[in-house]
Amino acid sequence: MSKIGRFGDFGGQYVPETVMNAVSELQEAYEKYSKDPEFLKELQDLYHNYAFRPSLLYYADKMTKDLGGAKIYIKREDLNHTGSHKINNALGQVLLAKKMGKKRVIAETGAGQHGVATATVCAYFDMECEVYMGREDMERQALNVYRMELLGAKVTGVDSGTATLKDAINEAMRDWATNIATTFYCIGSVMGPHPYPTMVRDFQKIIGEEAKQQILEAEGRLPDCVVACVGGGSNAMGIFYDFIPDTSVRLVGAEAGGKGADTEFHAATLTKGDLGIFHGMKSVFLQNDEGQIAPVFSISAGLDYPGIGPEHAYLHQTGRADYISITDEEAVQAFEYLSRTEGIIPAVESAHAVAAALKIAPTMQKDQIMIINLSGRGDKDVQQIARYRGVNLNV
Amino acid sequence: MSNRIDEKFKQLKAQNKKALITYIAAGDGGLDLTEKAVLEMEKNGADIIEIGVPFSDPIAEGKVIQEASLRSLRDHHTTLKAVFAMVEKLRKQTDMPLLLMLYANTIFRSGTDAFFDKCREVGIDGVIVPDLPFEEHDEFQEAAERNAVYNISLVTPASTGRIEKIASAAQGFLYCVSSVGVTGMRDKFSTDFDAFFSEIAKYSKIPYCVGFGIRNGEAAQKMGSYCDGVIVGSAVVNQIGEYQQEALPHVAALCQELRRGLDKA
Repeated sequence: MSKIGRFGDFGGQYVPETVMNAVSELQEAYEKYSKDPEFLKELQDLYHNYAFRPSLLYYADKMTKDLGGAKIYIKREDLNHTGSHKINNALGQVLLAKKMGKKRVIAETGAGQHGVATATVCAYFDMECEVYMGREDMERQALNVYRMELLGAKVTGVDSGTATLKDAINEAMRDWATNIATTFYCIGSVMGPHPYPTMVRDFQKIIGEEAKQQILEAEGRLPDCVVACVGGGSNAMGIFYDFIPDTSVRLVGAEAGGKGADTEFHAATLTKGDLGIFHGMKSVFLQNDEGQIAPVFSISAGLDYPGIGPEHAYLHQTGRADYISITDEEAVQAFEYLSRTEGIIPAVESAHAVAAALKIAPTMQKDQIMIINLSGRGDKDVQQIARYRGVNLNV
Repeated sequence: MSNRIDEKFKQLKAQNKKALITYIAAGDGGLDLTEKAVLEMEKNGADIIEIGVPFSDPIAEGKVIQEASLRSLRDHHTTLKAVFAMVEKLRKQTDMPLLLMLYANTIFRSGTDAFFDKCREVGIDGVIVPDLPFEEHDEFQEAAERNAVYNISLVTPASTGRIEKIASAAQGFLYCVSSVGVTGMRDKFSTDFDAFFSEIAKYSKIPYCVGFGIRNGEAAQKMGSYCDGVIVGSAVVNQIGEYQQEALPHVAALCQELRRGLDKA
C-alpha cells in the first residue's frame, strides 16, 4: 500500500471508513484543480480583489530601533479582508467546494477567525455554512460569533470534552460523516487527513511567496529569520514554505505556552508532546501515557489545540524549523508592546510571534533581517486582554 | 494459528444460526460491572463481544457511547492496562471471542508490538479501530498477524468502489456499517440494503455482520436477514448508562430480545 500524504513518517489518512471516499474525492479534485490554470487564475483574482492581497510587508522602524538588533519587518496578514490569514485558505477551499458541486460547507473554529473567513466566503458564493465552535470559545469570542451569524452562517456550540477547538473538530468530523454526500469540510489549518495539510499549506503559501519577493525588493536579500505563531500551524506553514529551501533563513514557530510549558496549563505541542495518531493524522500531540488527548490551555483560543500539523512535526524533527513556547504573560506584553510601539494591535495569537521576536531580534546583528508574520488583527481580543489586566470595560 | 472468531462462525453455521455481537463501553459503571455484563450477555444469547476502550475524543461515536466513554474515564479512571486485566479474568470464565474496539492512538501510544503481544497473552481475538481505514491498515497489520489477532475491516454505504478491495483483505468478519454517520440507535435507515449487501456478498469470502443503529429485536430480525449477524452497541450502552449497577437484568432482557429477533431472521 502506498503511503500518501506523508511528511517523513507524519501525516496519513487516519479517518473512519465513512469519510474515506470523501477524502479521496477531495484529493482527486484538489490534484485536478491545483493544476488548472483557470482555477488558479480565479483564486488569484479573489486574493487580489476580494481579500486585498498582496498584504503589506511593513518595516517596523521604531521596534527595530527599540530592540537594537535585527531589522524587523512585519507581514501584515491582519490587513486582509476579515482580518487574518484565514481568508486565503477559506477562498481556496470554498472555491474548490463550489467546483466539486457541494452545496453545504462546514468548518470548525477556535478564535473564530477561520469561522468568520469561511462564513464570509460562503456568503460571497451563496453556500450554506455551519460552523462548529466550542462553547468555551463562544464565550471568549462572542464578537466573532455574532459576525458569523451576520454573514449568514449557523454557529453550533460544542459542549463535549473541553468545549474548545479540538472538540469543535470532533463534532465537525461527525457532521461530515453524517452528511458526506452534500457537505464539504473546510478545515482551517494544516492538519487533518491528507490532502488537507498539503492543500491548506498551498492555499497559504502565498504569504511566504509575497514576503520573499517584497523583502528582495526592499533589501535585495533574503531575511535571516522568519517568525510565526503556531497552533495547528497554517499561518506559519504559509510564510515558512517558500523559505524552506533557503537554509540560511532560520524559521521559528511560537507555540502557546499558557501559564508555562512546565505547568499543566499550556498548548506547547512540539515542546511537550509525543507522537500519536489523532484527527486523521500521525503527528505530535499533547496526551497522557494512555494516549488520551490532554486538555490544553492558552489565552489564545486560536492556538488552543493539543496537536500540530504534520509538516511542522517534520520540520521540527529534521531541525529545519525551531519551535519555542511563549507564555500568556509574554504574549499579552507583546500585544501591548506592538500596540504602543507601532500602533498595530495584533491578534493575541500573532502576539505570540511578536513575543518570540522580542526575544530573538535583540540577539541578532543590526545588518540582519527578521520577518514577523502578523497573522491577524487584535480587535477581537481587546476585551479579553482588558479582563486579563483586570480592567472592567462594562461590556 | 486458529482464532476463536473463525471457530465461532463455523459453529454458528453448523447450527444454522446468526451471530449476535454486542458492544460494551469498558469501565462504564466500573470494570467489575463490565466483566459481569459480558458474562451476562453471553448467558443471554450473545456470541461475540466487543469491549470498547474509552477514548477522550471518540470521533466515530454518537452521544450514547461518547457519554459512556466520558463516564468511564472521569468516574472510574479506566486504563487500557485495567481493561487487559479484566479480559484476563474473563478468559478464565469464557471461551467466547472477545474483541477490543478502540481508537488508533490507544494502540499506537501503548507501543504497537507490545499492545498486540498483550492481546494474545490475555486472549483478545480481534480489534476494531474506527479511525484506521483500509489505506492505513499497515500501521498495525504485522503486529496483529504475528499474534493471530484480527484487525476487523469496516465497509459503509459510503464505501462505493471500495468494497471489493476491503472485503477481499478482511479477516474474521466484515463489519458492515448500516448507515453513514456516527454510532447510535436509529428509528429508520435510508440505506438501500439490497444493493449494499449484494455488493458485499459478491466480494466477501468471510462472514459479514451489520452494525450501527440496531436497537431492538425487530431491527435485529430485519437487519439480520441480510447477513451473518448483527452488532448492537448503543442500545446495550444505553441500558448500562441508565441503570448503572442495576443494569444487568436490563442488559439480559435486551440480549434475549435481540436473540429472539435474530433467530427469526
